[in-house]
Amino acid sequence: MTAAADDTLVLAGYPRADGRKGIRNVVAVAYLVECAHHVAREVVAHFRDLEPAVHLIGFPGCYPNDYADRMMRRLCTHPNVGAVLLVSLGCESFRRRDLEEHIAASGRPVSTLVIQETGGTRKTIAQGREWAAWAQEQLALQQSVPMRIGELIVGTVCGGSDGTSGITANPAMGLAFDRLIAAGAACIFEETGELIGCEQHMQKRARTPELGAAIVACVAKAARYYSTMGHGSFAVGNADGGLTTIEEKSLGAYAKSGASPIAGLLQPGDIPAAGGLYLLDVVPDGEPRFGFPNISDNAEIVELIACGSHVVLFSTGRGSVVGSAISPVIKVCANPETYRKLEDDMDIDAGRILEGRATLQQVGDEVFARVVDCARGAATRSEEMGHQEFILTYKSFDAAQPAGPLCFPIAAR
Amino acid sequence: MMDSRLVLLAPGDNCVVAAQPLAAGTSVEIDGARLTVRAAIGTGHKLARRAIAAGETVFKYGAAIGHATAPVAIAEHLHTHNLASDWIPTVLEPAARARG
Repeated sequence: MTAAADDTLVLAGYPRADGRKGIRNVVAVAYLVECAHHVAREVVAHFRDLEPAVHLIGFPGCYPNDYADRMMRRLCTHPNVGAVLLVSLGCESFRRRDLEEHIAASGRPVSTLVIQETGGTRKTIAQGREWAAWAQEQLALQQSVPMRIGELIVGTVCGGSDGTSGITANPAMGLAFDRLIAAGAACIFEETGELIGCEQHMQKRARTPELGAAIVACVAKAARYYSTMGHGSFAVGNADGGLTTIEEKSLGAYAKSGASPIAGLLQPGDIPAAGGLYLLDVVPDGEPRFGFPNISDNAEIVELIACGSHVVLFSTGRGSVVGSAISPVIKVCANPETYRKLEDDMDIDAGRILEGRATLQQVGDEVFARVVDCARGAATRSEEMGHQEFILTYKSFDAAQPAGPLCFPIAAR
Repeated sequence: MMDSRLVLLAPGDNCVVAAQPLAAGTSVEIDGARLTVRAAIGTGHKLARRAIAAGETVFKYGAAIGHATAPVAIAEHLHTHNLASDWIPTVLEPAARARG
């Protein structure tokens, strides 16, 4: 297929007031502190397996945090989200009115329930279910419209990597990225703590010298941060699967990015203004303050979604089973032995490459085709099984980083 | 010639990757030489493509992935017991460390 032919493929999108389109139409129920988590979860539990889907998101902390604020704004106005119910305890620091106004300004139905004012757990759950059922009815009336590949944002992450990830699933996803980008999509790769040792090569792929320098600095920041933590982004399972060092894991992870030029460097919540390949800097600025940058894979997935990702490609060797709230996750299994054990959880069997049953190109095309199917409404394996993992914790980034505008030419999206 | 059960990722690499589990005693071919795998090696794990001296850089994908911490024989398992990061040490649970 040529890029021109790919560009004629028609996806199904729900149009939003900001011009973006969603490939899902989710009612998001968001708790604004852990104390409201149970009530929000009980609201969501009532709607399991019902369409349009009702998903649970939230922030557990009681202390204010600019990063969490920004993440929640981006997530609640993500194109895959059609309506939002905020669930507050009442005394937490989260700026719930600002968030509600921001969501309302995006044209989405939004309501806030404050447990302390509504009369406690039982009454809030009842009111929450009533509102979510009303929101579902509203969203069910919306018709999808044609959407192009060029309107898609696709993220990629790896989890449970092993010695096969960098040989099969990651380079296949890289080929899919190249094809998506050629058709105008924005694609985001991430986890600078797992790109240690790849920075010189990334520098050469940067569209401008300024961007190249920013990428090198951002990987150095990640290496410094993880060294202070005393632990690289490396788990026991990685070693069981044959990976020995962080730079080895990094090289395998880097293959996910494909061969396109790098158009820009994002921080969580930055939305690419044009198509192309973007690196997401997930490591906080300054001295380490809140612990590990991302405590597990879903924290990275949530950041990719906050950057506008409609769908996330997840490469796994050891076998992860996760999905996500808001955006579907397509799991590409790198290891043929793992695929045979966890077949139900995997969308694509990339380990066929290792056993000579498929070429890298064939699997790359399969990943691309699966993205297209997913963006036409087909459920992924994790969606079918009700996976809606979500994690949001504390972070801090220097305000007003000029990385975006400095590093890539802004074009209308 | 390279054994079809082994993957060489870049021409200058001094390690290769097992594409399937190799039992102890398995005979493999590395660059035309017949060699015996001494200990079982799992899918995705590395074998030395040639003898590697202690301190020597190990290359995979054509890039450095760390240095040997002990002399490594050709076809020997290359892992945490004889290969270390040049960046951030790999921290493992005791059980995993014992498995190498």
